[in-house]
Amino acid sequence: MHVELQTQPTATPVWPMLRTLGVIATLSGLLVVLADQITQPMIAEKQRLLTEQLVFQVIPGAVTKRDFIITADGRLEATASGASGEPIYAAYTAAGQLQAVAIVGSGGGYAGPVQVMFAYDPSCQCIVGSQVLKSNETPGFGDKLDTDPAFRENFRALEARVDTAGTALANPIVTVKHGTKTAPWQIDAITGATISSRAMGKAANQAAQRAAPVIQRDLAKLTQPN
Amino acid sequence: MAEAPQDRATAAASAPLLTQEETLTADTFIRGLWQENPVFVMLLGMCPVLAVTNSTINALGMGLSTTFVLVFSGILISLLRHWIPKQVRIASYIVIIATFVTLVDYAIQAISLELYAALGAFIQLIVVNCIILGRAEAYASKQRVLTTIVNSLGTGIGFTLALLALGTVREILGNGTILGISLFGPDFQPWLIMILPPGGFFVLGAWLLYFNWLRLNRLRRVTTFTGAPADAR
Amino acid sequence: MTRGIEIRTSPHLKRVVTVDKIMRTVVLALLPIAAFAVWQFGLSALLLLVTTTGVAVLTEWWFARASGRGNTVADWSAVITGLLLGLTLPPGFPLWMAAVAAFVGIALGKALFGGLGYNVMNPALVGRAFVQAAFPVAITTWTPAFAPGRFTEVIPSTLTAPFMQPIAVDDWIAGLNLDGWSGATPLALQKFEHIETPILDSFTGMIAGSAGETSALLILICGLWLAWQRMLDWRIPVSVMAGAVLMALPFWLLDPSLYPSPWFVLCSGGLMLAAWFMASDMVASPVTAKGVVIYGLFIGALTVIIRLFGGLPEGVMYAILLGNAVGPLISSWTQPRVYGAK
Repeated sequence: MHVELQTQPTATPVWPMLRTLGVIATLSGLLVVLADQITQPMIAEKQRLLTEQLVFQVIPGAVTKRDFIITADGRLEATASGASGEPIYAAYTAAGQLQAVAIVGSGGGYAGPVQVMFAYDPSCQCIVGSQVLKSNETPGFGDKLDTDPAFRENFRALEARVDTAGTALANPIVTVKHGTKTAPWQIDAITGATISSRAMGKAANQAAQRAAPVIQRDLAKLTQPN
Repeated sequence: MAEAPQDRATAAASAPLLTQEETLTADTFIRGLWQENPVFVMLLGMCPVLAVTNSTINALGMGLSTTFVLVFSGILISLLRHWIPKQVRIASYIVIIATFVTLVDYAIQAISLELYAALGAFIQLIVVNCIILGRAEAYASKQRVLTTIVNSLGTGIGFTLALLALGTVREILGNGTILGISLFGPDFQPWLIMILPPGGFFVLGAWLLYFNWLRLNRLRRVTTFTGAPADAR
Repeated sequence: MTRGIEIRTSPHLKRVVTVDKIMRTVVLALLPIAAFAVWQFGLSALLLLVTTTGVAVLTEWWFARASGRGNTVADWSAVITGLLLGLTLPPGFPLWMAAVAAFVGIALGKALFGGLGYNVMNPALVGRAFVQAAFPVAITTWTPAFAPGRFTEVIPSTLTAPFMQPIAVDDWIAGLNLDGWSGATPLALQKFEHIETPILDSFTGMIAGSAGETSALLILICGLWLAWQRMLDWRIPVSVMAGAVLMALPFWLLDPSLYPSPWFVLCSGGLMLAAWFMASDMVASPVTAKGVVIYGLFIGALTVIIRLFGGLPEGVMYAILLGNAVGPLISSWTQPRVYGAK
């Protein structure tokens, strides 16, 4: 084989090249399709479990959930209907009562976007819980968003009331400097992690501005039984 | 006795030029672990080495994925070595490597989404990891299947061990845990820099320092025994 | 080999200034600043300075021994590194972290490059940058100056067990019953709240801050003395300060309520200490006369840019490290023309 290679360079072996690449590409395609077929259901199941776990973490006490989609033109549809848009997750108590809706928003932080899941309670029109999904914030500062007890207190009953027109929040959620919180729609920042706190505020505002009006309008769809 | 390291050094130095088929020896395996360790000796594949070694589990996941791709692409390339014309060999190798990387990508997603999120794009980037293409070009394309498997395993495990060497140190110092298990209790002060990108450079530098020091020490011993300077390897 | 006539190039007459003499003089100039730090922050500051200096000297000794370079402790440079490092840390900084900083500073910043004369960056700042990145919370935890009983008891966080989190100081500070203690340095107050501390306070050191960075006046006096002794190149601190003022002035004129005044920029944070004692590091600064001015202006301007627009309230440390990094480049750009050459 070695000798053959050295005497070859004069002629370009077109047929062997095509044949080899063809065989390899076919083989590769077969393998990838096979792997996709085998793993796809497993991946989908993992993703479903992960979302469920997150939703129940943000809304403790809930036992079942149903997935909905907010479409681009602001309608609320069940995910099963096949519509595409922003997913939201309605969580129910054991008695079948709607407890809260998990909504996702993101805001620019110190090192890229911070993605957060919030629990929105339609009855009090407020945010009642939060969980950071994705952030690149500096460890030691950024993770305070999930652990700092004083900061968590902000998300016990953060007002997200829809205005009279029913299209946006009456008072946009904002992050204020530490110790200057005066209104229920303000978030008291963490000292030393102001930018991350602001990102959290932006995420809450984005999530609520988009989801709260739709949820309030189509509340019946969420509360009615399957 | 004293000549043994020298012999091995010569063999290692000429290894990339081998055109003869290698007979399977223990050295086929051990070479990739130690004398030709892809990270600590050849300094290859630095991108995943620095990027995903901020915890033991990430390092292990990355190392095993790379080993898998290394072994299976090696097998296929070795099997097809007589049929791949040299004009399209790189294209063929890349397609083969990319196939196995895709398989690993799916497999990791199916096993753990958490690990998949932590490793991010670096799984897909195994395609361009020079260790794998290097092994394909320098070894698998010229050797029998069995020796290729053994050699790829050695290189892959060598890479995994190197990643673990970085990953454990960074996780212990940067988080106070190993494989997520707390070592020092809740009061431990994490060295945040260790799980940030600069920590990768610091720990890699420290390991390289240690291995060079070991090598120099061995060299010094060989020199005192034989009275003749030996190759630094 | 013929022996007899010895031919040498100029200079033929030399002033006898040895490395250890320069270093001893710098240590002497740093002592009043260290003493003031101890008077202001008490026992904790003393322990901090002793720890950083001790660990720096020990590390230097060990590396010199391991690499067979002989005794390099006697040149006093490690003492300066240790002292400077201690002065730039918060007074209640846990001692074990200070020891890590001193070790990293000497080992990574100096010994691995080949020892004194080969280091690219100021070793004290390398150490501080390391702990800044490793322990960002501890290094921004400030304690009040002139606490009663500061000579008899230490700040609780000082004596934290190695590798453990600093003991919380909130209760201790609350127990002191101080009026108006906010826990923020003047720089942080300015940056986040836009409150400017009176200049006189930061000039004389009646504020919170790192152990040895509070009194701009004292640092100025010590630095001037050192310059007068010809032990530092006065162009460096002057151009650092000029660079900072020139960069801060336009912003301040634009909106004095939002941006700090040039005076405040000069007297707050670590700028004064850094300008006189760190930027002027003989090894890490450029060698040409024109070069040091560019280097100083660069550091000063960069400090202000980081302070105003960066994420951290203080930027002088990174500014100097960057200045050190571009130092050799500046030197090679500003090589004076050889007399008679084109």
